[in-house]
Amino acid sequence: MENWSLVSICVLFGLTARWAVSLNSYSGAGKPPMFGDYEAQRHWQEVTYNLPVHEWYFNTTDNNLNYWGLDYPPLTAYHSLLCAHVAKLINPDWVELHASRGHESYGHKLFMRATVLVADLLIYIPAVVLYSFYLSEGSNKKKVCTVLCILLYPGLILIDYGHFQYNSISLGLALWGVVVLGLGWDVLGSLAFVLSLNYKQMELYHSLPFFCYLLGKCFKQGLAGRGLFLLVKIAVTVLVTFALCWLPFLSDPGQILQVVHRLFPVGRGLFEDKVANTWCSLNVLIKIKTILSTDTQLYFSLTTTLLAILPSSIKLLMKPTLWQFKLALVNSSLAFFLFSFQVHEKSILLPAFMLPLFLKDGLLVPYVVTSLAFLFFSIYLLSAFEHCSEDKLRLGPYRRLLICMPRMDLGRVTKWKFYFSITAMAGLSFMSVALAPPDQLPDLFPLLVSVFSYLHFLGLLLYFNIVQIAEPLQSVRKNQKKSN
Amino acid sequence: SVMATPRADDWSWFPALALGVSFLKCILINAYHSTDFEVHRNWLAITHSLPVSKWYHENTSEWTLDYPPLFAWFEYSLSHVAQHFDKEMLVVQNLIYTSPATILFQRLSVIVTDIVFIYACFHPDIHFQYNGFLFGILLLSVARHLQGRHLEGALLFTVLLNLKHIYLYIAPAYGIFLLRSYCFTKDNTDGSVRWSSFSPVRLVALGSIVISVGALSFGPFIAMGQLPQVLSRLFPFKRGLCHAYWAPNVWALYNMVDKALSVLGVRLKLLDVAKLPKASMTGGLVQEFQHSILPSVSPSITLICTLLSIMVMLSIWCRPRGARGFLRCLVVCALGSFMFGWHVHEKAILMAILPFSILAVESREDAGIFLMLTTTGHYSLFPLLFTAAELPIKVLLMLLFTLYSFTSLKKLFRGSLLNPLETTYLLGLVAVEILCEVVYPLSPWQHTLPFVPLLVTSVYCSLGVSYSFIRLYVSLLRQHGTDKHKQL
Repeated sequence: MENWSLVSICVLFGLTARWAVSLNSYSGAGKPPMFGDYEAQRHWQEVTYNLPVHEWYFNTTDNNLNYWGLDYPPLTAYHSLLCAHVAKLINPDWVELHASRGHESYGHKLFMRATVLVADLLIYIPAVVLYSFYLSEGSNKKKVCTVLCILLYPGLILIDYGHFQYNSISLGLALWGVVVLGLGWDVLGSLAFVLSLNYKQMELYHSLPFFCYLLGKCFKQGLAGRGLFLLVKIAVTVLVTFALCWLPFLSDPGQILQVVHRLFPVGRGLFEDKVANTWCSLNVLIKIKTILSTDTQLYFSLTTTLLAILPSSIKLLMKPTLWQFKLALVNSSLAFFLFSFQVHEKSILLPAFMLPLFLKDGLLVPYVVTSLAFLFFSIYLLSAFEHCSEDKLRLGPYRRLLICMPRMDLGRVTKWKFYFSITAMAGLSFMSVALAPPDQLPDLFPLLVSVFSYLHFLGLLLYFNIVQIAEPLQSVRKNQKKSN
Repeated sequence: SVMATPRADDWSWFPALALGVSFLKCILINAYHSTDFEVHRNWLAITHSLPVSKWYHENTSEWTLDYPPLFAWFEYSLSHVAQHFDKEMLVVQNLIYTSPATILFQRLSVIVTDIVFIYACFHPDIHFQYNGFLFGILLLSVARHLQGRHLEGALLFTVLLNLKHIYLYIAPAYGIFLLRSYCFTKDNTDGSVRWSSFSPVRLVALGSIVISVGALSFGPFIAMGQLPQVLSRLFPFKRGLCHAYWAPNVWALYNMVDKALSVLGVRLKLLDVAKLPKASMTGGLVQEFQHSILPSVSPSITLICTLLSIMVMLSIWCRPRGARGFLRCLVVCALGSFMFGWHVHEKAILMAILPFSILAVESREDAGIFLMLTTTGHYSLFPLLFTAAELPIKVLLMLLFTLYSFTSLKKLFRGSLLNPLETTYLLGLVAVEILCEVVYPLSPWQHTLPFVPLLVTSVYCSLGVSYSFIRLYVSLLRQHGTDKHKQL
């Protein structure tokens, strides 16, 4: 079948899955007084529509920051404003200042879900299609399968269309950045990423790779000539884009400070709830939150994050190829997730590890269905198990580390480890739903889930770092033909 | 080979496709459910809680049991599983009972029984019925005939008939085919009937299958003397020429012409408004539609029209074309009954589309007719799902299925399968959809003439369906003509 029709079918399928999930419940449905993320987004539409710009991030009589105050950068605010204008056309009650608080209705839910779908369709999905076709290797059939599997990724679907958020915009813009950089248009790529960063500050997770990649490219082209020119172009683009995004706030330094204060709540402590990162897991053994002061916690986490990300960034600076870039993106985001300050479980966007969240939202059935479907599809369509040899998994460096055990087939080990992990995840999911925890340990299951996840993430971080660093700096001539 | 063997790489898509369809069904578990949901819940309750003698007399709920007994037994067996999900759903008095467990159970039961259906192509099933499972049996039956395993095919069909009597529509095709091809073991060299080869043994075998399944299904009720009651529930002839939403058949066009003529007559002052039947001007789609200008249509007239339209089936008597000819007659039979039947439900179009899909992959002309019929037929089902939340789902599924069938058939038969007129008509469906779902609700006539979108959909689709029927009929006649020609 022709490519475009296959891709259209995949996109239609992905859209159907998304809308079907959106028919389910959302975060905080029917739970006054605070409700959930859904109400937060609706509240931001109300605030941005009714109040002047300089009041959006401030605590005023009309804007109570304790009730879902804006804590994302300006682009989110502008997007909410746009949605609010549309909402006003359809039904003004939805964005009435104060009166619309906690508003829940059938029509409103449809409207909100529709805004997510439109944003997804305009930004994320085209980026996925372009990425699969231009930046991944393999036959056309493999590329179509890649599109399908990426579009069916349950984490994004469940969080955006179930819980309710707009991750597809920031992720989509970042993905556009990757695609455009892959095509060689550095300036446009940096523009896309700056926009993405200005939508959600979480994209800082990806910022170092972008920075190192572009800087490395400038170095490679020689700082005396074209490299310098490129550097200046990129720097100007970045600065101008930032300025444009923050334009309404530039008039007053106090505004800028307040916004930054809202974006990075350093007063809140190392972590909240159960997150699958180092601090939360360490807390099981040593109560860090109580031992160290908030300031110390902050510096400690900052240092460890930078240390964790240092090897990957340096390697990328020295060898700015696309493959290194992709690896660095993974390493950087993992490192940030594992070590930084005030991380939320949603940041990882990995479904099995967000199970407690989905249970609270009443999204158990979509979670089970989409996860199973994704597993089956990716294993079946991408023939994951057939590529489980040592060579394909780039386990060469491990082989060197484990000299003492030369007979082990690391490919098979990985496969069995995968089965074990899946079984354990299924088991934990089942237990979380069906069993009640013992009285002395009420948080047992969420804790188990997060520690289990943490160990996986740590393992992944090590694996990807080793893969990235072990790659030789100068590729052999025949390898250069291989697209990266 | 009996059926066109798909190419090797096409088969690798099949598990993914089956998986994809099942996945969509699972994920739509919480979507809108129609009154059919309550219908089946009620039947679960009736069969579980009441003794057999009361099943066809029970009328606490308005949704009385009106399927043949074998389906009742099926519901009975399901109810034993249901009690583990939620006991409350099985209490007859709990009308409109919809706990989450109930919804989950009902949907899961459809999905599981749909495993029977996994052989075939897409079948959107948001509108709750066990159609998937029943169609699966129909297709299995057809497949058995195509493989020459006629007794099994007959058995499956009798079972099907006892599960849902709507399949009576296609019973004549089965009857004639089995009689001709199975009971007469040999043909003459020119293909005509060889009376001497009649095999009483086979006739008895067939007869015993039909009778034994019927006995299993109806037996208990005949023993209790309830047969008239059961039959009256199965065939309620009081209901009116058309359903509340006109199925896109000949009668929809007939009604439309009648309405148009009466409006014209009033405008031109040829008719007196007072003398016309009440509410025929603005009543729109009511069940008891009274024709004001054209003659009224009674059940017997519809029966005669149906029989006339399927007379062409006798061609398989004269010159049987094996299983493929049987399939074609099956389709014509189903479509003819759809076009001219009494109180036809629009879902019946699926009964013609499904067997046709098997034929569509074999000849170019069939593929073209199939595309017309299936697109129009599926679109005509849109009014069944009328909530705003389900609108994107039905549009997306329709696009998905249409895109898939068009591209796969196009790949099979190189080149375009539809002429420009047909393509324009199909594109017109998009315009109709936008008009009915977007433009009209925002216009001032939505409150005064709320039935107009349904009317437009029904009439527009009936044009397409009638066109497909005529083309199919012509192709059958042409085949018959060439055979006669060969004979000379």
